Amino acid sequence: MDLAFILIQLLNGLQYGLLLFLVSSGLTLVFGIMGIINLAHGSFYMVGAYLAWSLASMTGNLATAIAIAIPLTVVLGMALEKLLFRQLYTRDHLYQVLLTYGLILVFEELRSIIWGDDVHGVAVPALLNASIPLTENLSYPVYRLAISGVCLLLALALYLLIQKTRLGMMIRAGASNRDMVQSLGIDIKLIYTLVFAMGVALAAFAGMINAPLSSVTPNMGSHVLIICFVVVVIGGIGSVKGAMAASLMIGLAETFGQVLVPDFAGMIVYVLMAVVLVWRPEGLFGRK
Amino acid sequence: MNHGALSRWLPWVVVGLFALFPLLESTFYTQLVTKVLIMAIFAMSLDLLVGYTGLVSFGHAAYFGLAGYALALMGPKYEAASLWWTLPASLGICVVFALVTGLLVLRTRGIYFIMVTLAFAQMLFFIFHDTKLGGGSDGIYIYAKPTMNLGETVLVNLEKLDQFYWLVLAFTAASFFLLRRILGSSFGRTLVGIKVNEHRMRALGFPVFRYQLASFALAGALGGLAGYLAAVQFGFVNPEILSWHQSGMVLMMVILGGMGTLHGAVLGAFAFVLLQEVLSNQAWFGVAAKHWQLAMGILIMLVALYLPQGLAGLMNSFRRKPQVEAEEGADG
Amino acid sequence: MSQNDKDVFARRGFLKGTAAIAGATAVGTLLPSTVMAQQTKLKIGLMLPYTGTFAQLGVAITNGFKLAIDERGGKLAGREIEFVTVDDESNPAKAPENVNKLVQRDKVDVVIGTVHSGVVMGMAKVLKESGTLWINPNGGAGAMTGAMCAPNFFRTSFSNWQTTHALGKVLKAKGHKTAVFITWKYAAGEEMMEGFKEGFEKEGGKLVKELYTPFPQVEFQALLTEIASIKPDAVVAFFAGGGAAKFLKDYQAAGLKGKIPLYGSGFLTDGVLDAVGDAGEGVETTLHYADGLDTKKDKAFRLAYAKTFKLQPDVYAVQGYDAGQLLAAGLDAVKGNVADKAGVIKGMEAAKIDSPRGQWTLSKAHNPVQDMYLRKVVGKENKTMGVAWKALADPARGCKA
Repeated sequence: MDLAFILIQLLNGLQYGLLLFLVSSGLTLVFGIMGIINLAHGSFYMVGAYLAWSLASMTGNLATAIAIAIPLTVVLGMALEKLLFRQLYTRDHLYQVLLTYGLILVFEELRSIIWGDDVHGVAVPALLNASIPLTENLSYPVYRLAISGVCLLLALALYLLIQKTRLGMMIRAGASNRDMVQSLGIDIKLIYTLVFAMGVALAAFAGMINAPLSSVTPNMGSHVLIICFVVVVIGGIGSVKGAMAASLMIGLAETFGQVLVPDFAGMIVYVLMAVVLVWRPEGLFGRK
Repeated sequence: MNHGALSRWLPWVVVGLFALFPLLESTFYTQLVTKVLIMAIFAMSLDLLVGYTGLVSFGHAAYFGLAGYALALMGPKYEAASLWWTLPASLGICVVFALVTGLLVLRTRGIYFIMVTLAFAQMLFFIFHDTKLGGGSDGIYIYAKPTMNLGETVLVNLEKLDQFYWLVLAFTAASFFLLRRILGSSFGRTLVGIKVNEHRMRALGFPVFRYQLASFALAGALGGLAGYLAAVQFGFVNPEILSWHQSGMVLMMVILGGMGTLHGAVLGAFAFVLLQEVLSNQAWFGVAAKHWQLAMGILIMLVALYLPQGLAGLMNSFRRKPQVEAEEGADG
Repeated sequence: MSQNDKDVFARRGFLKGTAAIAGATAVGTLLPSTVMAQQTKLKIGLMLPYTGTFAQLGVAITNGFKLAIDERGGKLAGREIEFVTVDDESNPAKAPENVNKLVQRDKVDVVIGTVHSGVVMGMAKVLKESGTLWINPNGGAGAMTGAMCAPNFFRTSFSNWQTTHALGKVLKAKGHKTAVFITWKYAAGEEMMEGFKEGFEKEGGKLVKELYTPFPQVEFQALLTEIASIKPDAVVAFFAGGGAAKFLKDYQAAGLKGKIPLYGSGFLTDGVLDAVGDAGEGVETTLHYADGLDTKKDKAFRLAYAKTFKLQPDVYAVQGYDAGQLLAAGLDAVKGNVADKAGVIKGMEAAKIDSPRGQWTLSKAHNPVQDMYLRKVVGKENKTMGVAWKALADPARGCKA
C-alpha cells in the first residue's frame, strides 16, 4: 500500500467515524444528562433509514424525504420521552435496560408490519451521484464527501449549542446538578424532552443520510447500537468531545483493521475499549 | 403446612414431578422442557449476580457460549469425548475467564459495569465470529454427544433423550440446592449485604472485591454449565449463543421471574419460553402470531414499569403477609 | 432471542395423528404394505426461509416444488400430499431445533430445505441421525455431499465449489493472470473462493489476495480501495441479493468498473439487475442456469411458472422444481411406498432429471453433475454465452459413504 492509498483509507475511516459520531452524540447526551441507558437508540437509526427509504420512493427525492422525516423523528423523540422515559429517571439501570430492550422488539415488529422484512437500497441523489478520480483506477464518490461535510457541520453546531448558548448552559448545568437547576426556576423537564428528541433526531438523521451507502435492512440498528456504546464508554459518558474523539478512533481502527488484520477487525474496537478502561476507567473525557 | 416446611419440601416435590415427565412419551416436549431446564440454570447463575450481588451483567452469554465452544473444540471431531473431563475443563475455562475479566470489570460500577460486561462478551463474540478458531459465523457442530461411562459400563447415555433429560434435571436441581445452601451461608449473607450497602460492608472490614469476584466466578461457572448442556443438546454452537441478544434474553428471564429469588429465576425461564410458545401460536393468533415479538416487547415493558419484583413478587403479594416478611428477612 | 414455535396446532394434530398411525399399523398387519401406504398421505416437510433476507428465495423454491407436483396431478406416485412448513429464518442457531420439529413432532416422510448453508449443516447433523429422506434445493455447503454425506442426503442445486470452479478457465481464456477474490466471510463465501482458486491455479493463474467482509455487511469502501491499490487483472466476487446489488453499485462508484473487469459466481447478478441500473452491464458469471437457454423444457417451465404464480421464475425456482422431480422419480420407483427407503434412494440415484437448466444426473455423493454456463449481463438479462464447463462434478472431498 503506498501513501496515496493510505490517505484514501484514512478518508474512508474518518467518514465512517463522523457518521458514528452522529449516532453516538445523542446517546452520550442522554446517558450523561438524564442518566438513562437506552438500548433502543439503534432503533432510531433504523427508523431513520426506513423513513428515508419509504419517503424517498414516494417523493422520488432523498432531500425532500429527509426534510419531511426530521420533524417526524423529533415528534417521536418527544413523545417517547414524555410517555416512557420520564418514568425511568429515578429507577435502577436494570429497569432501563429491560424497558428499552422491550422497546427494541416493539420497534422491530412495527417496522416489520409497516415496511416489511425486505432489504432495500436507496439511490444516491442525482446531484451528488458522481465520483472524483483520485488515482489511475480509483475514484471517490462525491456523496461520501458530502455526508462527511454535513456531519462536520452538525458536530460544530452541536459544540456551539452546548458551549455558547443559554440552552447549552442549562443542559450542562442540568447534567451536573438537577436540583440546583430546578431551584433556579428552569424547567428541567422541558430540557430533558428537548435533549432526548435531539438525540433521536440525530440518530435517525444518521440513518437517513447513510441509507444510500449501507442498505436498509431489518435489525440494522443492533450493530450500530453496540458500537455506539463502545464510543460512549471510550469517550466518557456525557462528553460530546469524547464521543467525537472515540468515533474517529473507532472509524480508523475498523477501516484499517479490515484491510490489515481482517480476522481481528471486529474485535479491535473492544480491545481498544478494554485498554482505555484499564488506563482511564471513566473514559477519555469523562468526569471522575 | 407452615412456610418453612413448604420451602423445604416444595422444590423436592417439583423435582420429583419433573422426573416423571419423560414417561409421557412425547419426544418433542421432553426436548422442549430439557431446553427450559437448561435455561433455568442459566437464569439462576445470572440471578446470583444481579439479584444477590447487585452486579447487573449484560454479558452473561459469554460464559454460556464459551463453555459450548470449549466442548466443541476440545472433543475429537467425529468421536465422542468424555464428559468426565470435558465438563470440568469447560467450566474451568469459564472460571478463568470470569476471574480475568472480573479483575477489570469489577473496578467499574453502574452504567459502566453494564457496558463493560457487554464489551467483553462482544469481544468473545467477534473472536468466534471473525476468526477460523470456531468455524466463523457458521459455527461448528458437535457430531457425537459426550459419553458418561464408568469403566466399561455406560452410566448415562446422552444420546437417549430421556436419559439426557434426567441428567439435565439433576444438574438443575443440584444448581438450585447448591445456590440455596451458598446463599444461606454467611458468604451469601455477605453478598447481599454488599448489594444493599457496599460502603458499609467495606467499612466493616469485609474484602468486598474478593466476595464479588468469587460470586462472579461462580456465576460464570454455572452459566458455563448451562452452555455446556445446551451445546450437548443441540450438537451445535455458533456465535449467536454469545451475542448480546442472548445476554438480554437471560436478563429478561431473571427479571420476569423476580430477581433475588432462586425459584423466581426458574419461574422466569419457564414463563419466558411459555410466553413465546403461546404468543407465536398461529392457531390462536393467526397472522398476528408472526409478530409475536410485538406482544413480547410490550409485556417486557409493562413488567419493567409495573412489576419490578417479577412473577415471584406477584406470588408473594398473594400470600399471607407474615410469610412475605419471613422470606424478605431470609433474603436480607 | 426469538424462538420459533409456530405451530402448536399441528402438534395437537400430531397427538391425534399418532393414534391414527397406531391404528393404521394394526390394520397394516392384515394388508399388503403398498395398500397401507396409500391410505395415508405422504408427509412432506418444507423447511425454508419465509422471513428475513432470503424470504423470496424460500418462496421461489416452494413455488417451483409445488409446480412439479401440480404437473403430476397434485400427487406423487399416486399418493396425496400433506405439507408441513417451518420457517427457518436462515438462523443456524435454530436449525437443529427446527428440523427436529419436522422429524420428531410431525414425523414427515421427507424433508425439503433449505437456502442458508449454515442451516443446511444444522439439518445435516440431525438428519444424519434420524435417517429421514432429505432433498436440499439450494444451500451449497460442500460438507453436505462431502465429509457429512449420507445415503439419505440429496441435493438438486449446486455445491459452492461448483459455482466458481469454471471461472478459472474463463479468466485464463481472457488472458488474466492475477485476480482478487472478494466475498462475505462465511462458509459459502470461503468455499466459493476455494473452488475458484483451485480452478484458476490449475490454469496457471495467481490469486493474489482474498478479501472478506463480515456477513451480511455491505460496506465495501475500504476493500474496494484495497483492490485499487493491488491492481489485479481481474476481480472475482460472490455476494447475493441486496449485498450483490450494493457491491455492483459501489464497484461502479469507486471507478473500478471498466478499469478492472469483474467476474463472479452467478448469484452476483441474479435477481438484482433491475436494482442496479447499468452497474452490472458486462459482468460475466458462471452458474448452472441462465437466461435465454432456449430449450423446450425451459420454455415450458417458464411459461407454466409465470402463469401459475404471476412471477418470473429464477434459478431458485428451478432448483425447487427439480427437487419435486427428483422426489417423484424416487417414489415412482417404489410405487409410492415411502417406507421402502432403500428403494426410494435407488430410484433417485438412477434418475435422469429433465430440468429447465438441461439434463443432469446425481454424483455418487448425491450432488448434481451439471453443465456450468458462462453468462454475461446484457441489459436486464444474464445472457448465456455458452457452456463454461460440461458436466462439472463436485469433488465430494471426504465423502466415505
